[in-house]
Amino acid sequence: MTSAATPAAPAAPGTPASRPPWWRRLIGFNLLTAVVLGIGGYYLGWFIGHQISSPTFTYETATDENDVALLLAYLFGVAGFLIGMGFANYPVVRLLGRPPSLREKEEQGISRYFGLCTDHKVVGMQYLVGIGVFFFVGGLNAMLIRTELLHTTPTVVGPSQYLSLVGMHGTMMMGMMTSAILGPFANYFVPVMIGARRMAFPRVESLTFWLLMAAGFILVSTIFFGGFPTGWTGYEPLNNEAVMGMDSYIVFFALVGVSMALLGLNMLATIITMRAPGMTWSRLPIFVWSVFATSILMVLAAPVLIATLTMAALDRTIGTTFFVAGGGGSSYLFENLFWFFGHPEVYVLALPGFGIVLELLPVFTRKPLWGYRLAVSGMLGVTLLSFLVWQHHLFVSGINADLRPFYMLSTEIISIPTGFIFLCVMGTLWKARATFTVPMLFCLAWAFNFLIGGVSGVFLSDTPSDTDTHGSFFVMAHFHYTIMGGLVFTFFAAIYYWVPKMTALRFNERLAKWHFWLMFIAFNSTFLPLFALGMKGMPRRVSSYAPDLHGLNVWVSISAFVLGFSLLIFLFNVVYSLIFVRRRAETNPWHSKSIEWQLPSPIPVNNFTQIPTFDSDPYPYGTPSPPAFGEAAAPAPAGG
Amino acid sequence: MREPNHARRLMLIWLIATVIVTPLVVILVGPNIPPGNASEQASGHVTDNTVLLGMATPVLLLVLIYLAYAVIFFRQPQGAALEGPALRGDTRIQTVWIVVTSLMVLVLAVYGTVRLLADNGAGSGSGPNPVAKPSGPKLPVQVIAQQWAFTYRYPTYGGVETPHLELPRNQMVELHVTSLDVVHSFWAIQLGVKADANPQVDNVVFVKPTHLGRFEVRCAELCGIWHGQMFDYGHVVTPASFQQWIHQQQVTFAPVTRKLPPYKTTYLPEPTRRGE
Repeated sequence: MTSAATPAAPAAPGTPASRPPWWRRLIGFNLLTAVVLGIGGYYLGWFIGHQISSPTFTYETATDENDVALLLAYLFGVAGFLIGMGFANYPVVRLLGRPPSLREKEEQGISRYFGLCTDHKVVGMQYLVGIGVFFFVGGLNAMLIRTELLHTTPTVVGPSQYLSLVGMHGTMMMGMMTSAILGPFANYFVPVMIGARRMAFPRVESLTFWLLMAAGFILVSTIFFGGFPTGWTGYEPLNNEAVMGMDSYIVFFALVGVSMALLGLNMLATIITMRAPGMTWSRLPIFVWSVFATSILMVLAAPVLIATLTMAALDRTIGTTFFVAGGGGSSYLFENLFWFFGHPEVYVLALPGFGIVLELLPVFTRKPLWGYRLAVSGMLGVTLLSFLVWQHHLFVSGINADLRPFYMLSTEIISIPTGFIFLCVMGTLWKARATFTVPMLFCLAWAFNFLIGGVSGVFLSDTPSDTDTHGSFFVMAHFHYTIMGGLVFTFFAAIYYWVPKMTALRFNERLAKWHFWLMFIAFNSTFLPLFALGMKGMPRRVSSYAPDLHGLNVWVSISAFVLGFSLLIFLFNVVYSLIFVRRRAETNPWHSKSIEWQLPSPIPVNNFTQIPTFDSDPYPYGTPSPPAFGEAAAPAPAGG
Repeated sequence: MREPNHARRLMLIWLIATVIVTPLVVILVGPNIPPGNASEQASGHVTDNTVLLGMATPVLLLVLIYLAYAVIFFRQPQGAALEGPALRGDTRIQTVWIVVTSLMVLVLAVYGTVRLLADNGAGSGSGPNPVAKPSGPKLPVQVIAQQWAFTYRYPTYGGVETPHLELPRNQMVELHVTSLDVVHSFWAIQLGVKADANPQVDNVVFVKPTHLGRFEVRCAELCGIWHGQMFDYGHVVTPASFQQWIHQQQVTFAPVTRKLPPYKTTYLPEPTRRGE
């Protein structure tokens, strides 16, 4: 953000004239210090780990592997990174009984994007770029997977590297993308939408981002330790016998769990306590409701994951046998605990998508949201039910086989609240005055994709039918339809809709439309045939398959490459429109009546000069149209 | 221009489409869905999938037709900036929707449960003590999974363990699936059978093959680097040739059988350690 992009903001305190020279500014709590302390912590942990771990351990395994050392190295490294970033300053200063004398870093300039910043809008931008980078790394893994599957036998990469690719792709997408919408868009817009100046816990907000970035690097570092063979589910006891790369998975997912739980808590606290006058629960924008529901899931599900992975780490290091049958443990325990987290987790991915679609549709149909209460109860219903269905992942495992009718019922019941969302989408489209802008196209694509995903889910929820499809490409197609079709498509809808507000710059519309159509067609061309492949007997995560499935696999691979190419168009559009052309976006290009669009672009540091009051929900579209909110929402310069 | 009655038109299009497409899907697509009719359980799955498809088709059509209709007819006129009608919900439509979806869900769940129990677990791994047990004589066969192969043990034929799987036609088979190391999943694709192989767990599946021929066996749970290579073929044969084959196996593997541990439902695996 240059000062040219924020004409409303006067020069912030601490203008360049009063700044120390650049080399002085490198000393202090910043990214450089964080990286140095992170590397230092890593080697310290490595050293301590080698000192304390039992010599019989390395003797027994007959390798030079030492999980204790690697786990400690990761933990010390992360701690060093966070301390270097400045996250310990506030607690330490307060513990010493001194008043907090810390800069809030609400300054202008590019440097605030590379450090601990308590401005929720900066954190939103950090998340958008950070998650975007890891999304492309995960996508690249998918391209390599599809390249391997051009052949019926392992050809391009070995079977071990193939499993690492599958594991990294899955874990990256399921871990990093949990915050794909909550990270960038909820952090950026939830405080604005509810009329607050900041999040409830701004330092925690920044912490969730930097934790996630540290976690992402740890996951990528698995390639230096042999990768991990378990896929994103990390099933025991394969987990226990895997090489050191498995520790990267454990630390990664545990840190993601911490980040998720903190993000959820922060969102809940913000939404519950910081709503402006008049922002009653029944006027809350539906996107904020979806964030609220997602946050409940994050807070309740993530701790289970952290506990499970701690047990897995203990099994791997100090020889406990929670999950090892030979020592009295049970592989069922891991499956149970993992899916108790894992199923809410997939709704953590899906629910924000519901919110985006329902938030955007009124703007582009020029109609109020149809069935607001139904939509809210749908989201809360999904939230509640998602904790009662996890054993449908274990229908053929033999665990609690007598309870399968219950899990079949609860799984199918979850389609009722999901159906509410569809009814609200259809109701909002009724007699609409729709304009098919790029965000609108992505929302409609969501409806199509999620419909296919939902209907295929009915086959999976039916135990007899699931016997054929469990663990096959059918499941893979199903969850790509719900997660990629549900989350990633709405992620792009949100990018095309909100980034003009966040950056005050506009995308090239022609490139955006190319991106959408190519992505939509290639996505369906990639994942529809996978249903057939799964039915015909192709299991997940294999690098060799029956020769009669070769033709379909080649088709899918080529479609996947086109899908990858469509994302390159997006990337090109970002670089071209936001870095080179830099055409200024209008303040409210979509003529939205939501409050964030009434503020200048980009939104000034403290959002409002005066806290606004609300007297309706943000959807006063249609005839006749009442005002959206009180006059007090007049845009304000920074520092007001 | 008077606005047409959209609701009636939509309803009509949907009804016509449903009346035409649903029977086509049920008659033409349904019976061709894998896994085919190699066993009672597989045939059951084909029936189940056809029923589910028949129920899903009208729903799929409703939403798709609605979306297409909305995209075509509910547009902003070129160059205009009109507002739509300020509709905020309709209690009647919402109630109907909730009641209909709830009823469909109940039907689905009841149907699934009935089929699961009536078909003796429908070919899915049903744990050590399945509630639904078939009556009559059963041939017990143990499936032992380990990295990265399946072996089969026939306890009623002297506990012989062989790397080949043959099953007699029209005989109810009781498969006991277990693992010696990590979690695997025994998937006999054409028989419609899938059961996870867990260490220290006896996972029972019932299957009654009805057609002679070859079927594929694959591992369906990620079990390490050669997971993709963990497949072989089984055969459904006539009872007479099964007897002949199993006696031949007993003779061939007699030296091995003598050294094997006695038949048990599970075998205590060694704690897994790297480098072994």
